[in-house]
Amino acid sequence: MAVERRDDPLYAGRYRLARAAGRYALLIGLAAVVLLPIYATLVAALKPGNQVLNRPFIPGPITLDVFRDAWTQGRMGRYLVNSTVVAVIVTAAQLVTSVLSAYAFTFLRFPLRNVLFVAFLATLLVPLESTLVVNRRTVDSLGWLNSYQGLAVPFLATAFGTFLLRQVFRQIPRELREAAEMDGLGHLGFLRHVALPLVRPSLGALGLLAFLGTWNQYLWPNLITTQEDMNTVQTGLRLLNSSVPDIERFNVPIAGTIIAALPIVGVLIAFQRQLVRGLTAGAVKG
Amino acid sequence: MKRRRGEVALATLFLAPSAVILGTFVVYPLGRAVWLGRQRCDAQAIRCRTTGWRQYLDVASSGEFTHSLWVTLKFVLLTVPLGVALGLGLAVLADRHLRGMAVFRTVFSSTIATSVAVASLMWLFLLQPSRGALANVDWINRWFPVVKTPGLLNDPGTALSAVALSSVWANLGFTFIVVTAGLQSIPRELVESSVIDGAGPWRRFVHVTVPLLAPTLVFVSIVLVSRAFQTYGEIDLLTSGGPQPQASTTTLTYLIYGRSSIARNDAGLQSSVAVLLFLVLLVVSLVQLRGLERRIHRGS
Repeated sequence: MAVERRDDPLYAGRYRLARAAGRYALLIGLAAVVLLPIYATLVAALKPGNQVLNRPFIPGPITLDVFRDAWTQGRMGRYLVNSTVVAVIVTAAQLVTSVLSAYAFTFLRFPLRNVLFVAFLATLLVPLESTLVVNRRTVDSLGWLNSYQGLAVPFLATAFGTFLLRQVFRQIPRELREAAEMDGLGHLGFLRHVALPLVRPSLGALGLLAFLGTWNQYLWPNLITTQEDMNTVQTGLRLLNSSVPDIERFNVPIAGTIIAALPIVGVLIAFQRQLVRGLTAGAVKG
Repeated sequence: MKRRRGEVALATLFLAPSAVILGTFVVYPLGRAVWLGRQRCDAQAIRCRTTGWRQYLDVASSGEFTHSLWVTLKFVLLTVPLGVALGLGLAVLADRHLRGMAVFRTVFSSTIATSVAVASLMWLFLLQPSRGALANVDWINRWFPVVKTPGLLNDPGTALSAVALSSVWANLGFTFIVVTAGLQSIPRELVESSVIDGAGPWRRFVHVTVPLLAPTLVFVSIVLVSRAFQTYGEIDLLTSGGPQPQASTTTLTYLIYGRSSIARNDAGLQSSVAVLLFLVLLVVSLVQLRGLERRIHRGS
């Protein structure tokens, strides 16, 4: 019966309309729930501290003082610089080290190649949290506590990048390499003129993941940072949150979260395509 | 022959940077931690005395470790199924060529822009008992008094769920983006032919969408499981492993690194737990790989 009624064009149109309306209503409700924490944070950050808890979900008098406090007294500016420096160093280095090692594992012949590659992959099974106790000692003995080196150096290479780029390099036909060799194109030339242009999209994805991963690091910077001015955005937020005494200014760390999130929002808008590519990189049958 | 040797030299040059970093900061510390795990030390591991391999058994059977392992497993169960279900549900709902869908997709992806610290502090503001947003809404107080006294993060019965909620929210953007990409790679003809076959929306979802999406869902689950096992920032910012004395949110990573943790001042004990965490995750990875293999075999 239902099928017959759906065949009636008038009914079908109304039926579809009702279903679309239902879907929109559901989506709007769910979107409101997902946005609630962000909305509440914005509302609270734009109010003077003493008014935040008075009807917390209703916008009140708007002031930017709280943001100014987070920027100057909370030193969010300094933390943003630290995070940016470390994330850019790690991203650049991971791209270089991954390209080189992936190239070696794909195009160069040397003894123990497969054993070494499996050893590289095996490092992916080691959780970060299992290594940091000793890494803290290593970095300490190098005199790198509270330094950019300490924050960046342990992450300059990753087996994930090696694996990802090797997958792409493997798609280059062997004949192409052989033809290049005939023409006298050495490995460096082949890397520069053939291999690199081919992996450029993957480099974008890998770079974005490296940047986000470094920017979002929490535990490691917490372990090796004791000087206030060497905090990253994440540890700086922690500090800001633990050092706000009075109710008048208790929303300063709340404004800090907005300041901390904005650069990443910008980066994600600029690199949307790389993001999807990067996040789904592991989902492709590999 | 000459060229061969040149290739070996070039390979050494190309592999050296990665090998040095991975060797120094992944392989060495793991080996060193296995060794340190047999000892009791001070915080800097300068003075140690050896207890022996037995220490691993002692730690593994200690109340603190088994409790944290249990908390961690509960956290995985609280976050992963809910996270995958939400990501899948939202992605399917928003996967239509209707006006305004781009807006909804942006909203559901948005939490990917929040780091652990950002997401946790947002939820801290929502959930805190006295200075929190929810606790200062009248009707919530009337119907859910626990929000104000003692507060969802301070009640031993709700603390872990509250942290899980924040974590599910923070991971939603990732799950949504990956599942949406998976949905878009499903060939349209398959869906259309099932419509012609008379399959309703629910049957289409169960019999067409979910099986085709299985590899994506498995991938998302694996990532979420490993993230859940390694949760630290949320705990540190929201509950500090508490409420005490129940240590309701002291996960394995918090047991190693937490400021209030008993292992914190003994690099030997820290290392034992760190190595045991590695073993637990290794078992989890192997189980997941087995499951993945079986799935692929059945699929082909």
